[in-house]
Amino acid sequence: MIEMYAALVNRRFWKAVADAGSVPFAGRLLYSFAIAVLANRTGRLIKFENVGLRYGMGPEVLRDVSFHIPKQSFQFLTGPSGAGKTTLLRLLFMSLRPTRGLITIFNKDMAMIEPAELPLLRRRIGVVFQDFRLLDHMTIYENVGLPLRVRGKEESSYQHDVLELLKWVGLGERIHALPPVLSGGEKQRVAIARALIDQPEILLADEPTGNVDTPMAQRLLRLFLELNRLGTAVVIATHDLGLMDQVDARRMILSNGQLEIYE
Amino acid sequence: MPKGAGSRLPRSVGPWKKGTGEKSRVPGLRTLAPIVPNANAASQALILVIAIMSFLACLAVGAVSLVNKSAETWQSQIAREATIQIRPGDDFDMDAALEKARSLAAGFPGVRGARIIGRDETVALLEPWLGSGLGFDELPVPRLVVVTVDEAAPPEFSALRDTIIGSVPNASLDDHRAWVDRLVSMARTTTVIGVCILVLVLTALVLTVIFATRGAMSGSQHVIEVLHFVGARSGFIARQFQTRFLLSGIWGGLIGGGAATVVFLLVSWWAARNIITPEGEQASAFFGDFAIGAGAYAGVFAVIVLVGFLTALTTRITVLRTLRDIDDRRADPGRLD
Repeated sequence: MIEMYAALVNRRFWKAVADAGSVPFAGRLLYSFAIAVLANRTGRLIKFENVGLRYGMGPEVLRDVSFHIPKQSFQFLTGPSGAGKTTLLRLLFMSLRPTRGLITIFNKDMAMIEPAELPLLRRRIGVVFQDFRLLDHMTIYENVGLPLRVRGKEESSYQHDVLELLKWVGLGERIHALPPVLSGGEKQRVAIARALIDQPEILLADEPTGNVDTPMAQRLLRLFLELNRLGTAVVIATHDLGLMDQVDARRMILSNGQLEIYE
Repeated sequence: MPKGAGSRLPRSVGPWKKGTGEKSRVPGLRTLAPIVPNANAASQALILVIAIMSFLACLAVGAVSLVNKSAETWQSQIAREATIQIRPGDDFDMDAALEKARSLAAGFPGVRGARIIGRDETVALLEPWLGSGLGFDELPVPRLVVVTVDEAAPPEFSALRDTIIGSVPNASLDDHRAWVDRLVSMARTTTVIGVCILVLVLTALVLTVIFATRGAMSGSQHVIEVLHFVGARSGFIARQFQTRFLLSGIWGGLIGGGAATVVFLLVSWWAARNIITPEGEQASAFFGDFAIGAGAYAGVFAVIVLVGFLTALTTRITVLRTLRDIDDRRADPGRLD
């Protein structure tokens, strides 16, 4: 029923029905409905088609990049330093727009998304920034609860969730600590917890193990795998080959602005 | 798993169940910190700058109010009297002429009363110039009749002048019009200068508040970005900053306005205590009782409200501009500025 409703309220669905002019209306309707349902079931969260990006008049940082992020998938995004991993993550997070090509996020053409709609879409994506971006005047607990707070939720409705999540990432004893006194690994886990707190459909992590030692990196990786097992699509940008070798997952390798995918 | 971590994701992150539904607050948690950091060095400097500028603006308001009030008083005092002057002459009965002029003037419509300046009073008036022991009868000193006019319905001075000159020999009427015109012109000029200074001070206040607020906010850029990226709406972000800086603005305005009010009260108190001293007399001659009127206090209140409003508005515009800038950069990745 949800799929039927989703198809019926989709403008593209009706456009597809209208475009197939030579076929009887009932046939067109059935065909388009089947296509819409199929698209929903294949579950592509994000799709890039021939995407290119250049900064100003410089060379193209990304060239003809095409891929999709399926629901509940797990992938590494890798490549040498300066290959464009962070740029690609920024495109995934809608903090950049491509100079050419088509990006579809949650079935919406990125070029057509209104600025007022961006916050609502961003709420469906969790991001772990390379530099963490924690607010230094807030405790760990307050930083992790921030995404829910900006959505207007009462503290009493989420405090147990936040505390439970902090315990899960191993910071249950440090809820009152402020970010400036945390180690790199602790900050990383706080940033991950903040990205997870509102159950995002997709998690983007930029070099999440870049500031931690090997045992901690393995712990964080297990954390991401567990999250993925529960249904969240995960994209980890890293150049840590040792980390990638531990998981049999899809690898997206960026080199000279072009993307190669190894399933 | 990290030390102390559970092996499975908590219910909060699991897609099948969200939240425990518990509403009680977990003990030991502090009250949530404000999203915009509390006073730092930049915001304390903002409060100080706003307080200083508000103080100066309030002083300017008070000064303009005082000058305006004093000018009105001078004008009113001089305009509510006219003088009949009777020059002495040969075989001239001065006392009879004075009495006739007084009774004519007193009966004229628009005149509240007329009073003859007596011999002793006239001597006292001349004493600063001619010294004491004046031989009053030996000098051809003109005598005066002071006519008090009704300010609300003043007499027709030309008719009064014709009546006095026609009935009393050697008499003339001075309605002080020349002085009143000069004083009105001077008072208006003084008030205009005061208002110009006030406008300059208020302009400086507005610009200072705007730039100080923007300066204090520049340290909060990362907060705006983080809020933006965790999915906060523009209105929500703007509201957080607006509330925070509105309080700073009002606090600075209250300090400045309060200090100016204290200055007003101190000056009034000093004037009241020193009214009998030469300095006090001098001040009171210019500024009356030196009391700052209700208008000045209303002005102080208006300055505080203006400062609060400006701070909040500047904050909102700056936040929205920052967010628009983030979106512009998103649309144009090559932008370097």
